[in-house]
Amino acid sequence: MAGDTIFREYRVSDAERSDRSAGDRLRHRQKVRESIRENIADIIAEESIIGKDKDRIIKVPLRGIKEYRFVYGDNSGGASQGDGDSRPGQVVGKTGKEGPGKGDQAGDRPGVDYYETDVTLEELIEIMFEDLELPNLERRALREILSEFSSQRKGYRKVGIRIRLDKRRTAKRRVMRMLASEKRHDADARAEAIAATKAAADASLDDPNSDLEAAADLTIDDAESDGSLAAEEESFAPGSIATLQRVKRRFPFHTDDLRYKHVEVDTKEESNAAVICIMDTSGSMDTMKKYLARSFFFLLYQFISTRYRNVEIVFIGHHTEATEVTEEEFFHKGESGGTFISSGYNKALEIVAARYHPSLWNLYAFHCSDGDNFDSDNPAALKSAEELASICNLFGYGEIKPLGSRYYESSMLNVFRRIQAPNFHTVLIERKEDIWPSFKAFLAKDRVKE
Amino acid sequence: MSASSVSAGANARDTTWSLDDLVRWDERIRAKIDEFGLSYYPQEFELCDHTGMLGYMAYNGMPSHYPHWSYGKSYEKLKTLYDHGVSGLPYEMVINSNPAIAYLMRDNSLLLQILTMAHVYGHNDFFRNNFTFTSATRAELTIENYKAAAMRVRRYVEDPSIGIEKVERVLDAAHALNWQCRRNFAIKKLTPQEQIDRAIQTTQGHPDPFQKIHARRVVEEPDLHKVPIEPDEDLLLFIRDHNPFLADWEKDLLTIVAHEAKYFISLMETKIMNEGWASYWHKRILESLGLEQGLYLEFIVRHNQVVRPIPGQINPYHLGLKVWEDIYRRYTNPTAEEIKRDGPPAKSGLEKLFEVREVERDSSFLRRFLTEDLMREMDIFEYEARGEELVVSKVADDAGWREVKETLIKNVGTNSIPVLKIEDADFGQNRTLYVKHYHDGRDLHLEYAEKSLAYLQRLWGREVVLETVLEGKRSLLCSNDRGFSVRSLK
Repeated sequence: MAGDTIFREYRVSDAERSDRSAGDRLRHRQKVRESIRENIADIIAEESIIGKDKDRIIKVPLRGIKEYRFVYGDNSGGASQGDGDSRPGQVVGKTGKEGPGKGDQAGDRPGVDYYETDVTLEELIEIMFEDLELPNLERRALREILSEFSSQRKGYRKVGIRIRLDKRRTAKRRVMRMLASEKRHDADARAEAIAATKAAADASLDDPNSDLEAAADLTIDDAESDGSLAAEEESFAPGSIATLQRVKRRFPFHTDDLRYKHVEVDTKEESNAAVICIMDTSGSMDTMKKYLARSFFFLLYQFISTRYRNVEIVFIGHHTEATEVTEEEFFHKGESGGTFISSGYNKALEIVAARYHPSLWNLYAFHCSDGDNFDSDNPAALKSAEELASICNLFGYGEIKPLGSRYYESSMLNVFRRIQAPNFHTVLIERKEDIWPSFKAFLAKDRVKE
Repeated sequence: MSASSVSAGANARDTTWSLDDLVRWDERIRAKIDEFGLSYYPQEFELCDHTGMLGYMAYNGMPSHYPHWSYGKSYEKLKTLYDHGVSGLPYEMVINSNPAIAYLMRDNSLLLQILTMAHVYGHNDFFRNNFTFTSATRAELTIENYKAAAMRVRRYVEDPSIGIEKVERVLDAAHALNWQCRRNFAIKKLTPQEQIDRAIQTTQGHPDPFQKIHARRVVEEPDLHKVPIEPDEDLLLFIRDHNPFLADWEKDLLTIVAHEAKYFISLMETKIMNEGWASYWHKRILESLGLEQGLYLEFIVRHNQVVRPIPGQINPYHLGLKVWEDIYRRYTNPTAEEIKRDGPPAKSGLEKLFEVREVERDSSFLRRFLTEDLMREMDIFEYEARGEELVVSKVADDAGWREVKETLIKNVGTNSIPVLKIEDADFGQNRTLYVKHYHDGRDLHLEYAEKSLAYLQRLWGREVVLETVLEGKRSLLCSNDRGFSVRSLK
């Protein structure tokens, strides 16, 4: 009845030619990113990001790209098939857990379009930087924590380690020295020396026994002809006349000839740093406060990590008492009750005394708070703050007061103004745009230890 | 388009067959089909790999389709599911066009290809014969229409005076409303003039020979200036025709989206029948092909993967197949009890199958042919939300099976989409659009309603109000420039 069926053979070229979804996928990806950006404060407020692996995958719920339609609510019930003996009253599921029904597939009921995407921490941080309006250059510097030594060649030096000996240049130096001292040699010797030098250029180092960095170790690989280069050790006594007289036709290397490649290791200070984050957990930390605090601590940690090899991080949460907590708890504990700021500082001092002696550790402490403190505690807080400033490279106090909340709350900024230490700094953060400038102002006071 | 999937692991490329094998098997399958008396459009099979298949799935099988980010989204989603092995790829996807186009995965085994082809012919026959499709779509134009629409949309995107942002604004809104349209295309839609005539007709009533002794009838003058005269379900088309501020390209986009929705509404309306029908025929065909043992065993395994019941869900393949098989049985081999109740069958089994395949859609199909015995056998139950949990409320026993069936029917096809109709396009004499939700006991999802209403406002360009029932109270949802509000009505 119908004509012949047509079969279209698979052709690789076809498959590769038309990925028409590419444009739409790109567009979708952009929308995802926009959506993340819109919700970045919520996401960062809920995610542990400080000092975490940047390849970590984070699941981010996407609210921005739902496809809305008129649908029935979750609780409309329905009918389905059981396993053979369903009884009234049996529990068969949970409300609102309708699978992520993709509405536009024929026959699917328009389900709830709940949708999350995977984002790497790195991407999330990048978006956070955008949100905080960090300048591009600084962004990159902060993102790249150098995990290994990177080294760059920077010219040549007369001292160095064996492995970096530059044979070619060393041989050249010797020839130059020889030419300079030619008065004492006849032309034959010179010619020979030049020939020998050429050979020496190809020579390899080969002397496990002597740890003298000496050209006496230079031997010629291929030629059996020994020793035109070999010389006794005493030949290296600089300016030794014996050397020059004894070997008429030999012109051995001299320590001055040696040239080493100079390699500059990255400027990371070979040292330890501890970042001490102190936060007041008494008040309610709403999303915005969490976001501001977390991103500030994060920036601090990233920055310190770019400068020190070994960075440890400590979280101290305090209300009337202080405890050391994990990042998770740090941002999610809400305690009610009063606040003794001094308790947080004293805890920090305690931890420093126990684990991070200032002679071995570069200490960076920062305290975020909403400015509440019992007045009775102010003198004690001042005293502890001064003490902390004296042992830290940098100590800061940041008051987080999202706009509109600062008129009826107390503030510690005035109290801390009395602290004279040059490495103590206070900042007021009212909106996310303040984070970066405050952060920079804070770091400007850094007193790197001698 | 229709798709089913088998969870296949990372199958290595199966090279035990060649294209010639497929051609040969196709001939054998078609011989069987002709024998059974199915009628179908010419068929094209295209071999593709899994990325190609994902691409086709994202665009619902269409060889060409206009661009929109939501298709990128569904591609990503499908790919994620596929990469994590949550779902296998469909081993059959066929679109309702003339010629019908279906895709075969080149990595599938020979048996899967044979099974797929047989299954595809089932769909093909259904598309060609079921009234839902014949009244809603013209299969010979499908591909061309999509292609032309895709080209036009691309042109709007590239047009410097329009651009992707504006196109997206309209498409996003149109996609949100695209299913708010008529569900049964066999019912003719009256033109405005015809509606006016009908309104006059109904108010005049029929001539009454005893008018003299009857009390005078109160004649209500119909409001012939109201727009629309009769409530209108086609939201997008209504806006296209009644919003004077839309540019031609915007109207075109609304037309394209509305047109495509028609295609999908038909598929939704017949999902259970259609999958059941295709499964029924692939089974009968493969059983009659005389497969050698190895192939036959694989067929049994694959077939059962597809049509197995899934506890906690309704698997349309399973439910549909069960009902079709039962219809056939009742007309070829009824029990004594059935003969006593219904009389001897007046038609042969095949005749009955073909008749049902032509004139029913899911809701009527289940209403008529899903018997109490079948429901009991399949253990279909009704559940409802109690607090946080979904709890079985009724099961298919003597007392409850009718209600369970009602609930099931309420959730098949387009019955799971709320019915919204435009009642008045000039509400309060300031061009406010008044839409009414025909409430059937199920409340709207409020967050979704709010967002969708905002889209409606975007297209209409003026305030829109939606009358609905929330927790038993008549309510009015409003969306205008000042935002969204909910009011209770007395």
